[in-house]
Amino acid sequence: MSGHGVELAIVTTLFVLVTVLGFVAARWRAGAGLAHLDEWGLGGRSFGSWVTWFLIGGDLYTAYTFVAVPALVFGAGAAGFFAVPYTIIVYPMVFLVLIRLWSVSHVHGFVTPADFVRARYGSPTLALLVAITGIVATMPYIALQLAGIQAVLTAMGISGHLPLIIAFVALAAYTYSSGLRAPALIAFVKDALIYLVIIVAVIYLPARLGGGHAVFAAAQAKFAATPNPADGILLPGSGQLGYATLALGSALALMLYPHSVTGVLAARDRGAIKRNMAALPAYSLLLGLLALLGYLAIAAGVKPVATGATLTALDGTRLGPKTDGNTIVPLLFDHQFPSWFAGIAFAAIAIGALVPAAIMSIAAANLWTRNIYKEYLRRDATPAQEARTSRWASLVVKFGALLAILVLDPQFSIDLQLIGGVIIVQTLPAVGLGLFTRWFHRGGLIAGWLAGMLGAFWMLWNVPQAVVTPAGVKVVREHFGGSAFALSKLGLDTGNTVYVGFLALAVNLVVAAVATALLRAAKLPDGTDVTGPADYLADRGDPRVVDLTRNHLPLGNLRA
Amino acid sequence: MSDTDTGAPRPGEPGHPDRGRIDRRSERSPWNWLLLLPLLAVLYPPLYNRTDPWLFGMPFFYWYQLAVIPVSVVCTLLVYRAGRRKGAR
Repeated sequence: MSGHGVELAIVTTLFVLVTVLGFVAARWRAGAGLAHLDEWGLGGRSFGSWVTWFLIGGDLYTAYTFVAVPALVFGAGAAGFFAVPYTIIVYPMVFLVLIRLWSVSHVHGFVTPADFVRARYGSPTLALLVAITGIVATMPYIALQLAGIQAVLTAMGISGHLPLIIAFVALAAYTYSSGLRAPALIAFVKDALIYLVIIVAVIYLPARLGGGHAVFAAAQAKFAATPNPADGILLPGSGQLGYATLALGSALALMLYPHSVTGVLAARDRGAIKRNMAALPAYSLLLGLLALLGYLAIAAGVKPVATGATLTALDGTRLGPKTDGNTIVPLLFDHQFPSWFAGIAFAAIAIGALVPAAIMSIAAANLWTRNIYKEYLRRDATPAQEARTSRWASLVVKFGALLAILVLDPQFSIDLQLIGGVIIVQTLPAVGLGLFTRWFHRGGLIAGWLAGMLGAFWMLWNVPQAVVTPAGVKVVREHFGGSAFALSKLGLDTGNTVYVGFLALAVNLVVAAVATALLRAAKLPDGTDVTGPADYLADRGDPRVVDLTRNHLPLGNLRA
Repeated sequence: MSDTDTGAPRPGEPGHPDRGRIDRRSERSPWNWLLLLPLLAVLYPPLYNRTDPWLFGMPFFYWYQLAVIPVSVVCTLLVYRAGRRKGAR
């Protein structure tokens, strides 16, 4: 069997294994039956510390992590390392913020962040905006997972879309059948594979490539040879503000993504979440090591796969063949490891794409069901109807993402995700701050959201994608070329860039605050808040917290 | 805060016969400020944007940020333990 044949055999075997697991998961710790949205969409809200660790870890560290972050480090150097501070920042915030969402959601039976907004502000409109933002932001994120699988297939020399379609049909089928339990169970396999692969890679590869110093020297030589002043193994002076704001903005976004909320709400009690916020940084360490694979790829002389197209500037200059940076890590494994180990690494990436894709589609489906279908289409929907609608919606969401990846250029996967992050962070005032204060007027929040979205799109529109050549800067695309906005466009005399989401959030907050003051002065009616201060602190055992775990069979008990 | 508050104590609030399990004290603990430490450590890049000193074959920029990860774990654990100890009744 050829090297690629061995890889394909291993990937296929492991893929079939997790598909079987996905279907079996329906019976794992099954409660009142999947006919209730709490069961299908939140796994019965019963996950203890261990399952939550795997679920949230599988949720947040995606194929994007394994493929795009090292690709970014490979291409730009230090700037790509933002993923590390980003995941350092997110856990303390979740510890303080989402823990309150867990409590209030368990007292009131909320399934989505928009459910909370609906109850907190008595505004179906604001809830609808939060729900739509969540769905729109999640779609490209799911598509990004597919780009991860696609990169693996390309590295194995497989062309055509059929394998990707088969993988996604399998994923769609077991998510439909098992709900959140499927990704929770598959996450165990995914993490075991990923940890194995990364630990072997970071021990074996640097030694093989001449040690850390040699690896960084190779990277430094590569960046010194490019005419681009923004790359290098350190940040350029003008890149530091962008680095910090991207890390902070991405962390805020991650906390607000519907799928993060789904992972947190599925936990059994507050303690399970808090313990996890201390244990989840183990993944951050893994992510940091993964990012460094970008440098190992440079030292190993990996060249990304050419897409066949030619990169051409808007002025007609030919800039050489277009390449798919996402293939860097798969190619590194393909070149440096025996094919059986490369096969395991590829399977890890592919399965790593399936877990978050499943959770994300469930989260988006829950938003659709709870905040659009039940709110506007069928107010008297029973829990069984809700669960059925959600299952169908998860299918629609996934096929939408599949279509997006078949039509769009995979090179833009990271930009797509960054745009999603820019959008979702606009729900921070309503969801994140709403957990602490009811000061904002619902109308003010709607105005702020509008201003933030308009600002975000205006800025994204004004971010060109440029390539620095010896002959000067050549613009490849005029609009939506990334999420680093040049402050000089606002008339500031600086070379600094700032993360679009961060600046748009600032606009959002200012408008929301001013509008709130005006609406309060005008004494316009504000919505009714049906939550009370103590709801945000309730824990399992509180009589108001419905204990769904009581109905559960004591099967596969993994609680810590 | 709440428009529907009738004034009567709700479950979990002082004065209500059933205080249930309320994680109130951990919320106000001064230990929570510790969670700011890892944030501040990474959000100001001029603090660590240099190559020297190297460690384990990595420039300072890289190992410093990786080293903040265990610091954030310790901070989170301290806050968690402090909250639990005080919250125990």
